[in-house]
Amino acid sequence: MYEVKYDEKKCLSCRTQDCLIKCQYIDIDKESAKKEILKIGHGEDSFVLHECVTCYACEEYCPMNNHPFYLIVEKQEELDIPPLPRPLIQRGINLGVPFRGEPVIEKVNGRSLLMGVFSDLMFLIQGKLFEGVPVISSDPRKMFHYFCQLMYLHYARTSVINDRLPKIIETIAKHEVDEVICFHDECYGTYTSYCSAVGIEVPFKPVHFFEFLYDRLKELKDEIEPVNLKVAYQRPCSSRLSSDKHHFVQDIFELIGAEAVEREYVDENALCCGGTIVGQRQEGSRKRAAEIEKKNIEDMKSAGAEVCVFNCPACYNTMAQIVTRNGIAPIYMSDLCRLAIGENPAGWR
Amino acid sequence: MNSVYEALVEIVGKDHSSVQPEELFIYSWDLGTTEPHRPDYAVSPRTPEQIQKIVQLANKEKIPVVPLGGGLSLAGLAVPFKGGILLDLKRMDSIIEVNEKARYTVVECGVSQGQLTSYLERHCPHLTHSEPGAPPTATIAGNMAIHGQGDLAQPYGFNSDMINGLEVVLPTGEICQFGSCSIGSGWFTLHPLPDVGLFLGWTGTTGIITKVSLRLFPCKKIRGAALFAVDNEELIPEIIYKLTHTQMVEDIVAFSQAIPPFSSGLQHITINLSADSEKELEFKQEIIFDDTLGEYIRKGDGGYLGFNRGLQRPQISKTSDWRKGGGFEYVGSIMPIDTYPECYRRGRQISEKHDIPYTVLGRCIGAAHAMMFSWTYAFNRADPETIKHAKAALHETDDLVLKLGGTIWKPGLYGQKLVMERLNSSTFDLMRKVKQLLDPNGIMNPGNWEPAL
Repeated sequence: MYEVKYDEKKCLSCRTQDCLIKCQYIDIDKESAKKEILKIGHGEDSFVLHECVTCYACEEYCPMNNHPFYLIVEKQEELDIPPLPRPLIQRGINLGVPFRGEPVIEKVNGRSLLMGVFSDLMFLIQGKLFEGVPVISSDPRKMFHYFCQLMYLHYARTSVINDRLPKIIETIAKHEVDEVICFHDECYGTYTSYCSAVGIEVPFKPVHFFEFLYDRLKELKDEIEPVNLKVAYQRPCSSRLSSDKHHFVQDIFELIGAEAVEREYVDENALCCGGTIVGQRQEGSRKRAAEIEKKNIEDMKSAGAEVCVFNCPACYNTMAQIVTRNGIAPIYMSDLCRLAIGENPAGWR
Repeated sequence: MNSVYEALVEIVGKDHSSVQPEELFIYSWDLGTTEPHRPDYAVSPRTPEQIQKIVQLANKEKIPVVPLGGGLSLAGLAVPFKGGILLDLKRMDSIIEVNEKARYTVVECGVSQGQLTSYLERHCPHLTHSEPGAPPTATIAGNMAIHGQGDLAQPYGFNSDMINGLEVVLPTGEICQFGSCSIGSGWFTLHPLPDVGLFLGWTGTTGIITKVSLRLFPCKKIRGAALFAVDNEELIPEIIYKLTHTQMVEDIVAFSQAIPPFSSGLQHITINLSADSEKELEFKQEIIFDDTLGEYIRKGDGGYLGFNRGLQRPQISKTSDWRKGGGFEYVGSIMPIDTYPECYRRGRQISEKHDIPYTVLGRCIGAAHAMMFSWTYAFNRADPETIKHAKAALHETDDLVLKLGGTIWKPGLYGQKLVMERLNSSTFDLMRKVKQLLDPNGIMNPGNWEPAL
């Protein structure tokens, strides 16, 4: 049975309580923060378990690497405090069930790009950047065999993750891959952060998609023409699980001549896209999500962004229309990189 | 040369009449489970006068005439069970008039739903019509003739409630008009003249509709749909009741289906909203999702899945393709809203009994006055065993509809028989007299609504 390796001593010795103090959705003082996180650690009820919007950020804020977010989610499930209504949880859990047969296992014997559950976005991985890189999970009918399952953190269902994830890892491993470039940083966070937090073994080396893009761009440096675009980056919740790789956002922008506009809601202070909040049980969730969406857009506009760069398809689905309505063009990071090397990406309109 | 064929060529021209087997084959079947029956002739007239002559010829020769719109009814309603002349009306495809201020359009019988949608989007973007769930090639007149419903059913009712006037070629050849157009006052209303509504629900057995005046409605700048999910089917009637009470929703459709897995066992409700401004949209969303549905969300019984702008029309028919490439047919019914839970449960049982992934759907008509509830049964056209199962499931469902106190919508022959067995005897007698009066030679779409008439 997998469970989060939580160390109470780390919280007791923590001087900042940043996990909850920095939370953008819960108003709490330092003393209460320590008290509440320890309560949660002991398996007791806490208002934090009810008010958490599951944005993952505390996982990044924690200076002790003590996995407060995984702990919160685990206890939400144990104490039956679901952030979402019952039908949405059932729907979500059913969503990740693999169906339509078994995946075709092709042996890779090396490095491969993993599309995870986003096989219908194959159009985003075309062109020189991806030449010679084999792809696993390219069939949309079979993609749930590769679904990292971490989405269920939003559903307070670590039991589902712990049950399914080892089988997913087993499927990926059957391809005989050494290095797995994770298209979505949720997958990367799963294999680098979550698995180690709960003790699931990962038999391959995960590579962050942005690190891969950066390295490829450096190889193609001679072909780069500065894009000369003012860009805003919409940081996804899953990026909080790989904050050590977040610098690649800025590194890529600098390499391709994109100017990151000065936003208030950026890096550690980034706001959720609202997609996970909109359907939550808390009073006013729909409005809260709309307010967050508005804050994000106003922030981008006042900073003078011309384009909004996404990595997470869920953020894109939530925000692309409203971004467009506000005169800012939505684009995936991979497409922005393709623009820089003179390609005409299919997803760029 | 066949003298009937020569006469038909004389009326519509050689290019628009056929006795070629391959062309007759096309007209011998629909997309459902009904056995095919080949017509003897297929013609495609362009004017009511040509139809008049064809009908007169058919009366003289005592040949059946079967009118065909888009041919999408699935239940054999335009299958020529007794051969005769198949009347393909698709060449009569002119949009004759759009009166913007009075919000109506006059169209010929071959005008399709997609054609009108496209025309209005291009030329009158502030007007729309109630588009049914059928594929866009379905005709407006054909849909009227079967009492179809569309995506404005919630505020405005059946599509056949949206008629301002009709032109019909009677089975004996007279061209009649109904509504204000019949007294030369234009096509703006069906009222308050004496009611002679004899052409709706009869599936082409009392005459051939050649022109329709159809009501149009405001098309707001922002149109979109929200999805709401519950795991207890018993909640659906009260949720629909509460939603309709707001008088703010354009279309309400509740559905459940076995495939894809995420939807199985859950009831999803699509809630269509429209607004002319962000202010109006937010006001409506607040009333509907925060106030009306908020109690379900907070208790954990119902989940809001967000609002998506832009509506791809039609929406409902897309569910028929979940299995990709197979066949499907459904029983549609008009049911009281409060039967939804039972309709879902019993439909699921029938599907599972016949090893068919279940797909059920209920569209709210009017302010919860009724719903069109459908049970869809997929089959493989190349596998007779699956067709047999689908047919059995369809018949069991026809029985179920009447058992649950509903009426079968656009019934096939089996359903028609069940309905006629239950009809009030005086009503049935009147129908027989009406039919005899209008169609003394029994040439119109024989087989349909016929066994006891």
